[in-house]
Amino acid sequence: MIKFALGRLLQAIPVLLVVITATFFLVHSAPGGPFSADKAVPPEVIKALEAQYNLDQPVWQQYLNYLGDVVKGDFGPSFKYSGRTVNELIAAGLPTTAELAFYAMLIAVGIGVLAGVTASLRPNTMQDYVPMTAAMIGICMPSFLLGPLLVLVFGIYLDWLPISGWGDIPGDKILPSITLGTGYAAYIARLSRGGMLEVLSQDYIRTARAKGLSEPLIIVKHALRGGLIPVVAFLGPAFAGLLGGSFVVETIFQIPGLGRFYVQAAFNRDYTLILGMTVFFSTLIIVFNLLSDMLAIWLNPKLRQEIRGTK
Amino acid sequence: MAESVKDMTKEFEENGSSLWKDAWIKLSKNHMALFGLSVLVILIVSSLLTPWIAPYNYEAQDLDLGATAPSMAHWLGTDIFGRDMLTRIMYGGRVSLMVGFIATAVALVIGILWGAVAGFFGGRVDALMMRIVDILYALPFMIFIVLLMVVFGRNILLLFLAIGAVEWLTMARIVRGQVMALRNLEFVEAANSLGLSQWTIIRRHIIPNTLGPVIVYTTLTIPSVMLLEAFLSFLGLGIQPPESSWGLLINYGVETMEEYPWLLIFPGIALSLTLFALNFLGDGLRDALDPRTSKD
Repeated sequence: MIKFALGRLLQAIPVLLVVITATFFLVHSAPGGPFSADKAVPPEVIKALEAQYNLDQPVWQQYLNYLGDVVKGDFGPSFKYSGRTVNELIAAGLPTTAELAFYAMLIAVGIGVLAGVTASLRPNTMQDYVPMTAAMIGICMPSFLLGPLLVLVFGIYLDWLPISGWGDIPGDKILPSITLGTGYAAYIARLSRGGMLEVLSQDYIRTARAKGLSEPLIIVKHALRGGLIPVVAFLGPAFAGLLGGSFVVETIFQIPGLGRFYVQAAFNRDYTLILGMTVFFSTLIIVFNLLSDMLAIWLNPKLRQEIRGTK
Repeated sequence: MAESVKDMTKEFEENGSSLWKDAWIKLSKNHMALFGLSVLVILIVSSLLTPWIAPYNYEAQDLDLGATAPSMAHWLGTDIFGRDMLTRIMYGGRVSLMVGFIATAVALVIGILWGAVAGFFGGRVDALMMRIVDILYALPFMIFIVLLMVVFGRNILLLFLAIGAVEWLTMARIVRGQVMALRNLEFVEAANSLGLSQWTIIRRHIIPNTLGPVIVYTTLTIPSVMLLEAFLSFLGLGIQPPESSWGLLINYGVETMEEYPWLLIFPGIALSLTLFALNFLGDGLRDALDPRTSKD
């Protein structure tokens, strides 16, 4: 297992290198420098600025410098927020986004697994159709539509919940978390239904039934472990999706997190910030993919053996 | 797995040409899939005919009128410039559907070629090609597309390419798996020993047998592509005015939703209904064409 994890970590290095390289050269091939702002700036000022940020060096030199800094965990200064480094900006936004993603994930896994397992217990009955139709609606209702609709109904018409901010007024975390979590809850419901249906038709479940175990015990103790493997394997990609979703949700609800920073940086053409955040996001996603894969393997004895066998 | 694929292809082989007939019978029993198919046909036809059947001119403004609720003259109301919402949604749908189909076509072409070559040649070529796919899979594409749109400006052609370039990976894996499994089957061997040319074998035996999963996956890729376009347009990074798409209309709708909720709700319904229809059709096709992968 450890060997497998190390192997996967080693594989992550070329991926990250591709990310850094592609992002770096993309950003550097962008038309218009970072300082070609709205006002006309005297050329000597631009020269001085370029010297300050080492932009006067050849591109490959800049690339190597950047690579060296990134390895040390230093993403350099922001172009637009003068005096602040990209690291500081990421550190400022990360706790908020992490909290939002955590609540969204909680909603997604909690509701999704509950709905999926419920549906799988009585396939092709109302108990199956109702949650699965709801899940389909959830999948077809993108967050940028669901969020505003929730704001309209619960924030404006009913006036039950605050419609923007994060941690300022009690209850302002509810709508963003639901907005971000719903789509994943729907997807997880479909995955867990499929996984459970497959497991419930296996021989060892029949054996457990023949032994006279109670149905709840069979489901909780025997079926869930295998049935939820697809869900666990999906958690990694889901996490990547949550980061993308946070762009939208943080914009709609005006939450000062990483997602909104990223979108703003994109509009401001704050290239160092975009570059740094892209590398940071990619690293996070790779790490979470690895974790969810390892968890899925640990849950699946067949795969565990396969890995042992190939040692 | 190899065993079950063998069974499946044997079944296909024995039934010969009735596979498509079987699939159609299965599909026509699936009400949700038929509903999806009808919605899709209506959408495509109305998109093609939009310039002739749209009730108003796309750019016609009526500033005196302003935003009005749905009425007999304007079925879905008008926006703050007095533009007819139904007309705007129809034109927006053209763009959304076009992005969906063209980007999916890009993904399809790259994916099928890549997967077929890797699967057919196998060995080192396959290992190298699929390794590249693995690496690309691990990239955070959502972020990359945002980056691309920022760096190169919001160009609709680039949008097609960028989305297509992301979506081909899964297609390549599916096609490769199918081709690999088929390549070693008896009927391909038989065709070989009969002296048929490689091209005939690919055309006559390999392609028809990979078609099922490809069609299913294509149907499911279109909605995810449309969603990606809407997501980008919503953020202001996708389709730019004066062009319009459903994502952009939703974006505008959000700005004024307190006063004029219909400007948000109707484009939202248009997008959701389309995604709904395509997903149901895709699920139905999967059950009909590819029973063994219809797990969830």
